[in-house]
Amino acid sequence: MSHSAPEPAFAEPWHAQLFAVTVALNEAGQFDWPDWAVRFSQTLKRHGLDRELNGGSDYFFAWLETLEALLEDQGAASSNEVVELRDAWEDAYLSTPHGQPVQLNGE
Amino acid sequence: MPHDDHDHPHALLPPEPALRVRALETVLIRKGLIDPAALDEIIDTYQNKIGPQNGAHVIAKAWTDPEFKQALLEDATSVVAELGYHGRQGEHIVVAENTPEQHNMVVCTLCSCYPWPLLGIPPGWYKSDAYRARAVREPRKVLSEFGVTLPVETAVRVWDSTAEIRYLVLPIRPEGSEGLNEEELAALVTRDSMIGTGMPRVPS
Repeated sequence: MSHSAPEPAFAEPWHAQLFAVTVALNEAGQFDWPDWAVRFSQTLKRHGLDRELNGGSDYFFAWLETLEALLEDQGAASSNEVVELRDAWEDAYLSTPHGQPVQLNGE
Repeated sequence: MPHDDHDHPHALLPPEPALRVRALETVLIRKGLIDPAALDEIIDTYQNKIGPQNGAHVIAKAWTDPEFKQALLEDATSVVAELGYHGRQGEHIVVAENTPEQHNMVVCTLCSCYPWPLLGIPPGWYKSDAYRARAVREPRKVLSEFGVTLPVETAVRVWDSTAEIRYLVLPIRPEGSEGLNEEELAALVTRDSMIGTGMPRVPS
């Protein structure tokens, strides 16, 4: 547990992005925060059964898994849709020349 | 990362979770469930605007104004809202005052509930299993790892934050700070001192 130097609010850009998506959904009324906290704590507990989770990537992996499952349960974002777009983004990165902005086809 | 730093012909592929977050975000934006501008606002707010300086302002005010302190201990939520600190994850805030008899320390054993409007985003250690599991079980040992050693006669009370109630510790005003104004006092208040895992700075 290091705690001396001031650290940035988010260690990785995707942590910030994931956080923002979740807060925005909560504010749009997609779910209540206490419900989110219950689901999230269950994921953390499950992931932490056989090892000690760190408060960085481990924590946000659990967060991502929780959000994906919640949106799947709600029918807001099915795993098929998400996987398809994940692959589309991967293709976009791999086919965009280095240094150019990466965009999905047709956007 | 599977890439070298140079000579790759295409854009650097982000790590797997970043791609998944990107995909989720795209699905939600296309369905109109979230607004990209709102995402930028949220990130900017927590990266640049909200942080422990807000909580430090509240603590320094409590150190200088007994009436404010009394009101803060009775109903922190509305008192800090009057200072402009309200909103996300600040719906119900309770302030725990440190005394020579009792030192307070905050944890969230469930996940990472934390008073965002006053302290910003919690540090990595607050979110770790190591802290979440051990703060309740062996608070004195955890405190000593943070460099905090308390007199034996001081009891430690651990407050477990929830999605409904967030705690903020009111540290003891440091000795030697008698002549300081509110702004100078605020500079002594560290984030950790408001979580209870640290002490305020001592004036030089």
